[in-house]
Amino acid sequence: MTAPHPDTWLRVLPQGLYCEPGDFFIDPLRSVAHAVITHGHSDHARPGHGSVLATEATLAIMRVRMGEGRAGETQQALDYHTPLTHQGVDITLVPAGHVLGSAQIVLDWQGSRAVVSGDYKRQRDPTCAPFEPVTCDVFVTEATFGFPVFRHPDPAHEIAKLLKSLTIFPDRTHIVGAYSLGKAQRVIALLREAGWERPIFIHGALTALCALYEAHGVPLGPLLPATGASKDDLKGAIVIAPPAAAADRWSRRMNDPLIARASGWMRVRQRAKMAGVELPLVISDHADWDDLLRTVEETRAPEVWVTHGAEEALIHALSLRQIRGRALSLIGYEDEETSSEEEAEA
Amino acid sequence: MTPFADLLERLVFTPGRLAKLALLRDYFTHTPDPDRGYALAAIAGDLSFTAAKPAMIRQIATDRVDPTLFAWSYDYVGDLAETVALIWPGSREGQAPRLSEVVAILSETPKSDLPAVLAGWMDVCDASARLALLKLITGGLRVGASARLAKIALGEMAGVAADDIEEVWHGLAPPYGPLFDWLSGRAAKPDAAGAPVFRPTMLAHPLEEADAAALDWAGYRAEWKWDGIRVQLVATAQGRRLYTRTAEDISHGFPEILAAMDFHGVLDGELLVMRDGEVAPFGDLQQRLNRKSPGPKMLKDFPAGVRLYDILFDGDDDLRGLTFDDRRVRLEDWYARHQPPRMDLSALIPFAGQEDLAALRFGARAASIEGLMLKRGDSPYLAGRPKGPWWKWKRAPLTIDAVLMYAQRGHGRRSSIYSDYTFGLWRKDGMLVPVGKAYSGITDQELAFIDRWVRGHTIARFGPVREVEKSLVLEIAFDAAQTSNRHKSGVALRFPRISRIRTDKPAEEADKLDSLIARIPASGVAKGETLEEEG
Ligand SMILES: [Zn+2]
Ligand SMILES: [Zn+2]
Repeated sequence: MTAPHPDTWLRVLPQGLYCEPGDFFIDPLRSVAHAVITHGHSDHARPGHGSVLATEATLAIMRVRMGEGRAGETQQALDYHTPLTHQGVDITLVPAGHVLGSAQIVLDWQGSRAVVSGDYKRQRDPTCAPFEPVTCDVFVTEATFGFPVFRHPDPAHEIAKLLKSLTIFPDRTHIVGAYSLGKAQRVIALLREAGWERPIFIHGALTALCALYEAHGVPLGPLLPATGASKDDLKGAIVIAPPAAAADRWSRRMNDPLIARASGWMRVRQRAKMAGVELPLVISDHADWDDLLRTVEETRAPEVWVTHGAEEALIHALSLRQIRGRALSLIGYEDEETSSEEEAEA
Repeated sequence: MTPFADLLERLVFTPGRLAKLALLRDYFTHTPDPDRGYALAAIAGDLSFTAAKPAMIRQIATDRVDPTLFAWSYDYVGDLAETVALIWPGSREGQAPRLSEVVAILSETPKSDLPAVLAGWMDVCDASARLALLKLITGGLRVGASARLAKIALGEMAGVAADDIEEVWHGLAPPYGPLFDWLSGRAAKPDAAGAPVFRPTMLAHPLEEADAAALDWAGYRAEWKWDGIRVQLVATAQGRRLYTRTAEDISHGFPEILAAMDFHGVLDGELLVMRDGEVAPFGDLQQRLNRKSPGPKMLKDFPAGVRLYDILFDGDDDLRGLTFDDRRVRLEDWYARHQPPRMDLSALIPFAGQEDLAALRFGARAASIEGLMLKRGDSPYLAGRPKGPWWKWKRAPLTIDAVLMYAQRGHGRRSSIYSDYTFGLWRKDGMLVPVGKAYSGITDQELAFIDRWVRGHTIARFGPVREVEKSLVLEIAFDAAQTSNRHKSGVALRFPRISRIRTDKPAEEADKLDSLIARIPASGVAKGETLEEEG
């Protein structure tokens, strides 16, 4: 008996990607009875589900971000690499390397395997477990940076730019706009690796998540609240804040602030200009073009489904490699770096 | 190439002048010769290659990348060189070439070998360096800093005045070895003897009421302040040059002036478009300034002339140490001897006291007059803007009451504040039409008020721009109004700035477009943007 093709048991419904035999959704876009969540970003982890299955870290992030009551009526934590059988479907969580707790959802049913990777990256990240490729029949991928112009440089190089800037402008407060879950902690950890030992000032929106990272064994070094710090304290200091806060009036009371932004979009000048930043830092938590293609190759999947992003270019490139690509065109996922404007205003 | 590319990248995103200076200083301090000299040349616009055409760089990219992916990427990025720089696949281990190496090799590489040479460089460069390289060799390099700013940075680095650098600048060529030898203390100041170099200009302060009250009027001479641009005419046996007051060489744009400079000396004056001795509005001069090399029709329709008001050198005789009165005698004598075509003398205005001049200033309504200049009779010609010897006393501005239509976030310190305003006037049919943009003139408190108001009265957003309810009246001061075919309203304002917020005035009582048009002088078509104010 040949194994059933994943498109017979994994479907796109208005609520999101649905595993029929298991009767659950993966990263559903609206509230459902049973949800499996890849990671804690708000476009993937939405409030109000019945039961939620995810890594312990993702569940903890959801509770911090939405409050105890809204992160699912019941929550079940599942460790990486520990299969759980649910109505005949084996569910295994494998690190996605995106943010703390992020997981690819590996689904095995009747000898057929699909991997829903959620958001992922291949660059080294000291704040989360690295991505592991899993061989499968269908690989479900994002394509946030699905154009060949997106090649993320070594993040250490970008951090060096920030530190160099501090030597040229030793009095200016360097405010780095970084998404509050994942990017902020990664930038802090990279700064520590680069030898920046002074306290780093953080916006109030980051406090709880930084504490959560620390509690999960990710050391971030001395952090101080930016609110309430004097102009003198902030002279020549590094402040991490959500992008919208960094760019807006919140930053105005700092000492001659220099606004930086850590995002993969900073690669394209026009995008960086539009963001109004003085120091663009190309640091992304998403796979770049080369890593998207490399990852697909490593999964050895003959067929790839693209959830969101620039699917057209990726599918074209896959076709040149004799890999079948399919756009799921799921509306509602957007990368956290473009949606951050809303986040910080709320 | 990498340090230069990093500098360019930072300059592109850095709005503040002081910050740009810090970046330039850091670059010039840490970059060896002759690379920094070539970088300086690139900033000054003295380093340009046009060896590679856009088609060539597109070709070397599509040789390596699927053409469909290239086309989509180009569409997404919007700039060819940037697309090629970003899409260039994986780089080889190796050292990016130095800027001086690139310059040297480009100058001796035959065109047919260029694609291979370029591709070899691209392989070892990072994305920023690839972009800088591509922009450089296609002649598309735009640096976010002026030559003047680079000279100020060099001056700060070496502890010399930027004006001292200007004095030797035009006798040097890239990579300016003698300049850097001097700035590093390895050699004496280069000798510009005989070369038609720029001499630092003397600038005036605006005369405020408090200054006017304390002024010893009898010690001053008065002249009209004409609405042209300040220029310096330099002619020596080695050549002729026409410089702006910021040392920009604009000789090519004004061949008729160059032709008339059949003398040996350095003169200071106002460049104007003049017809039969009548000064045309600034917009006419703007037509000329927009053209790097004007054609015969342009020369005929917009004839340029210079109104002379000072002499710095007569032959090799340096007159800058003489008093204004003595220089004036020398200037008149010089003029009588040479009678150069296309030039006349700026007349001294006789006056008995402040009241005389105040009346003249008030009465001056010709668009070509900006106000009065006051120069102390006993002051030598001093570089820079010393306070006291020279004053500019601009005539009172004109004003209109306009309605705020759009607001945009500013730059730098003001990047989070809505500080750039488009305002409009009522047309006969009851439509509000934009007539200009202003971003200065008000206090920080007033700025904060408008910012708050904009946020509370937004009706639409377009990127960084907000359209607001048409209900806030701003009093706009401006120096002159001109007809314009670039603006929907048909009118352009010179130096518009906000003078008051008129919360007391309902929007429907704001001024009509017709009443502004009525104030436009009979001649002149303003097409371009206004220049930075001279003098
Ligand atoms: Zn995510
Ligand atoms: Zn996402």
